[in-house]
Amino acid sequence: MVTEESRKRTAYAGKLGFSMRRRVREKCIEAMLFASAVLSVAIMLAIVVMLVRESIVFFQHVSIWDFLTDTEWTPLFDNAHYGILPLISGTVVSSLIALVVALPLGTIIAIYLSEFAPFAVREIAKPFLELLGGIPTVVYGYFALLFITPLLQSVLPELPGFSLLSAGLVMGIMIIPYVSSMTEDAMRAVPMNLREGSYAMGATRLQTALRVVMPAAFSGIAAAYILGISRAVGETMVVAIAAGMQPNLTWNPMEPAATITAYIVQVSLGDLPHGSIGYQTIFAAGLTLLLLTLVFNIIGHILRKRYREIY
Amino acid sequence: MQTNQEKTMDVMQYKSEVKNLNFYYGQFNALKNINMVLHDKKITALIGPSGCGKSTFLRCFNRMHDLYPGNNYQGEIILHPDDVNILAPNVDPIEVRMRISMVFQKPNPFPKSIYENVAYGLRVRGIKQRAILDERVEEALRNSALWEEVKDRQHDLAFNLSGGQQQRLCIARALATDPEILLFDEPTSALDPIATASIEELITDLKSKVTILIVTHNMQQAARVSDYTAYMYLGELIEFNVTDTIFIKPKNKQTEDYITGRFG
Repeated sequence: MVTEESRKRTAYAGKLGFSMRRRVREKCIEAMLFASAVLSVAIMLAIVVMLVRESIVFFQHVSIWDFLTDTEWTPLFDNAHYGILPLISGTVVSSLIALVVALPLGTIIAIYLSEFAPFAVREIAKPFLELLGGIPTVVYGYFALLFITPLLQSVLPELPGFSLLSAGLVMGIMIIPYVSSMTEDAMRAVPMNLREGSYAMGATRLQTALRVVMPAAFSGIAAAYILGISRAVGETMVVAIAAGMQPNLTWNPMEPAATITAYIVQVSLGDLPHGSIGYQTIFAAGLTLLLLTLVFNIIGHILRKRYREIY
Repeated sequence: MQTNQEKTMDVMQYKSEVKNLNFYYGQFNALKNINMVLHDKKITALIGPSGCGKSTFLRCFNRMHDLYPGNNYQGEIILHPDDVNILAPNVDPIEVRMRISMVFQKPNPFPKSIYENVAYGLRVRGIKQRAILDERVEEALRNSALWEEVKDRQHDLAFNLSGGQQQRLCIARALATDPEILLFDEPTSALDPIATASIEELITDLKSKVTILIVTHNMQQAARVSDYTAYMYLGELIEFNVTDTIFIKPKNKQTEDYITGRFG
């Protein structure tokens, strides 16, 4: 006998059954997500393969020893030298100047916004800071060349029109929003009960920020710093415009010099024949840059793993 | 009729007196005209259903509400023997917190070593001499019954301790600065029964050294550890008396209903 009750139950059981349509849709979505993931990895691999392959062509003409130890970089001269050191020194000096500006300032801004600023101030200041990060880098380049350099020259009359100093300073200003924004996010992620524990011990805001919140947010702050370093090392337009483009083995920020990135721009835009040894140099330089930033990313990864948030 | 001297004696037994305390979260009147005392070197428990304002009340004692905008105190909490109203606007909350310590619901050790956690309050006060720090840290760890367990690994990260040990570490941290009043905000609600028992034992032992105010939603805990009990409901202090009286023959019907489990 089929009762009303059992019929209902059968109808319901039918709904619990296998749905082909849902299964196909799930599979399609999974495939699309997988494809996007694969695509980004594939592009990354393609870049590495291209750089390595073209660099091999370069290193068939120039020994790695010469590349790493020669103190001159004059691939376009008749008497060509292929020493990467002058480009590395330019990159290191301009990046260091940028970091000397960006890391302390970015950190101070983050401490202020996360621990001191009233709600209203933070709500206004943060979007403005992030806007600073949206300004095209070429604008920063001209800002360095046409504003900061003359300003510096009024204090340091012997400063040339192109210098690592003014490029580095502006690069630092440019990186501040990245450092401060990520550092602030890391600090604000520290749970309130840790802060309250510190305040309850009679600590001031600054003591709480420096002694409890920052150590607790260390891994996030380290990640912010590493990102800042990577950006400084990889930054192109500012140094190409404001630092001059002559490769120059110097540690003096008052001199003009080229960075790896500025050199790559120069050659890519120039009229060197494709496939010439001069043209191949940019791949070797690009590979060097990639390895440099890779080292920083690995350091960042190690720091994050070692000091992961444990609150 | 009390003589003046007897009155003075009474006041001396009080570590703190709460007079007409009202507290507002913005417009919301969270504590309504509370009058109460804390007896010196005794344990006072605050009980009541969730949301009754007992934690809010506790956090008035170390001015924790000052950390957030829009909070407002009215009335007085007098701290003896100074006879100072710690809620007065000209009293620095940092000074108050240096004398009234707090242990939180969830153990909240700092991302530092065991030693540095206990030394934190001292360092914040600018004490740098190693000998003093070593001595006070050891004393605090002994007083919180943690010394034997951690003496050989004081420089390990505090997060490696168990939940109960972390809470005892937080108690050691609060004790290291020699506070006059120790506030406990449901200190065992995140712990298992064995850790809870050890914390309760510790709190009872601490009574000889410091005045204690403890918030608990566990009535058995209040009955076990406290000398005085206050029952709160909807921001009001319904009844305050010796713990035995509250639990055996409460005067107020509401208290009785709560104690006997008919409500809450």
